[in-house]
Amino acid sequence: MSSYSITEPSRLQKWLAGTLVVFYAVITLLPLVWILTTGFKSPVDAIAYPPKVFFEPSLEGYVNLFTTRTRVSPEALQALPPPATWYEEIVRNRDMVIAGPSRYGERFLNSVIIGFGSTFLSVFLGTLAAYAFSRFKVPLKDDLLFFILSTRMMPPIAVAIPIFLMFRTLGLSDTHLGMILLYTAVNISLAVWLLKGFMDEIPREYEEAALIDGYTRFQAFYKVVLPQAATGIASTAIFCLIFSWNEYAFAVLLTSGTAQTAPPFIPTIIGVGGQDWPAVAAGATLFLVPVMVFTILLRKHLLRGITFGAVRK
Amino acid sequence: MAEIVIKNLRKEFGDFTAVQSSSFKIEDGEFFMLLGPSGCGKTTTLRMIAGLELPTSGEIYIDKEEVGQKPARQRDIAFVFQMFALYPHMNVRRNISYPLVSQGMSKKHVTEKVAEVSRILGIEDILDRPVSGLSGGDRQRVALGRAIVREPKAFMMDEPLGALDAEFREHMAEELRALHDRMGATTVYVTHDQLEAMQMGDKIVVMNHGVIEQFGTPQDIYDKPATMFVADFIGSPSMNFLRFHGEVHTGSSSVRMHHVDLAVPTVREPFEGDLVYGIRPEHIALNDDGGNRGEVIAAEYLGTTQIVTVKTVGGDLKARIPSDQPARPGETVGLDFNGSTATLFDNQSGRALKSDLNEGVLAHV
Repeated sequence: MSSYSITEPSRLQKWLAGTLVVFYAVITLLPLVWILTTGFKSPVDAIAYPPKVFFEPSLEGYVNLFTTRTRVSPEALQALPPPATWYEEIVRNRDMVIAGPSRYGERFLNSVIIGFGSTFLSVFLGTLAAYAFSRFKVPLKDDLLFFILSTRMMPPIAVAIPIFLMFRTLGLSDTHLGMILLYTAVNISLAVWLLKGFMDEIPREYEEAALIDGYTRFQAFYKVVLPQAATGIASTAIFCLIFSWNEYAFAVLLTSGTAQTAPPFIPTIIGVGGQDWPAVAAGATLFLVPVMVFTILLRKHLLRGITFGAVRK
Repeated sequence: MAEIVIKNLRKEFGDFTAVQSSSFKIEDGEFFMLLGPSGCGKTTTLRMIAGLELPTSGEIYIDKEEVGQKPARQRDIAFVFQMFALYPHMNVRRNISYPLVSQGMSKKHVTEKVAEVSRILGIEDILDRPVSGLSGGDRQRVALGRAIVREPKAFMMDEPLGALDAEFREHMAEELRALHDRMGATTVYVTHDQLEAMQMGDKIVVMNHGVIEQFGTPQDIYDKPATMFVADFIGSPSMNFLRFHGEVHTGSSSVRMHHVDLAVPTVREPFEGDLVYGIRPEHIALNDDGGNRGEVIAAEYLGTTQIVTVKTVGGDLKARIPSDQPARPGETVGLDFNGSTATLFDNQSGRALKSDLNEGVLAHV
């Protein structure tokens, strides 16, 4: 007699589910693979038709991403000393010389400062607010929570013009601080609501035990509640980072020079010396790395965070 | 160790009054039970003593010091929670040593104390385990360890056996009582289980709707209930109530109910109106000569005794009689009440009338 169970899926069901997951994964991963490979193609291969799946890899896209180049006459090129580095050689092959570094590095750094800065601030403020909402008798608690949520009821870009004017008056346009504050303001409602859910799940008895064991309210919060909330804090941080890292519209509107982040910068590469798709793809690939690393580091927490509350421990 | 005195303690949550003007005294070294149904205010009272809730009014004295409005950490008490509240991110050793660390005790001293406590509780072999994998009993012991390691003035326990399964609960109850006897620590223990309260407590406070119904030793509370609520809540099966209209005078030692005279302990206050005659099941005997007669409707066999339900004019009664005495449903039997143990209640207010039996006990309330 073959074993049969209601809860255990049959082999056919497992096979079907597996196929479905693989199919879905291929569809979602394909564009990413395309960007990744395009970054390593030569400009000619990148726009070849039919598209080339197999190609000779080249680092030209990455070199172009990080440099600005000038075209020189073949005679002048001949007169130069031989290229000192491998990337100079790649550039010389195109009858050009390196004129200097591109802005990608600093734009990337801006993204890191603004993205992680606003994530930290959102999670920090969100944790404190969520703890207070969860544990203390706050006057007008429900109204305040609704107000915080209501800030997300329309797309943030709908208030772009008031924000633009406000930033100009306050001197926050094109500053790191301005962008950090802006992304924090957008993220904070998500942070408060998510974290309040996590805080509510932590039994009060833990901190009450600490209060009786001789700790102050803040020590109890810091030493007992925070470690318990680590899961929630990690997943909230990921959500906040993904938003502020990828945000495009406000970045285009409010930054142009010093504080410009990578998302509005990457498309501008297209215009420099023809449509340089490998460089754009290289920029996009590198841009994906920090969020990917951050997410992989915290992914255990993320999974637990998404399903929190579903199963009672 | 310390005595705890509660004076006119009151707690309101908005419009809801959780505890109404309670006063009682817990002697040094006493195992003190706060007993009552859920929502009666017993846990709120305990939490006020511990400092987890601040009273709306009234005073709390621990070791003669008024602490009513002080934060928990300044009261030097320990608390054992129903769900134990072991810090889940620490192992057993760190859980037990945590209260000592807050006092800034030296590492060497902490290690010694933890070793001593774990020896008392028999948990030396699990000290380095994470708390998440522990059985209910071991969690309970670790929670106790965390409480006793600091040698506080008093222990607060909020239904600490509630989360354990029935078989183990009995074992832990004995262990807990033995631990108390060994340490002589003042303990305030909240429970809704009357058997647990009777089994472990030196004194019991019975609460209902935020009011203290009675305060006394388990024997007094069982034998001399101050109110119908206490009589009904304590004991299983609970006290039988026979309702009738009648009158009693100071000095009379019987009441007339449905044309039958019933003996009662000498009454110390006159009363006329709706009365309740309360008698415990074990004080009713089946006797063919008994003045009251009724029909047996059920018999519940319990080993050495049986509980017989008898239908009488005044209502259904439960009697606890030896199991070898025949009592078959449908039979008509005579009932004998042991009048010297009976209590008369005012049906309207539920309070017991003063008599020779309960005089002195009622004075506490």
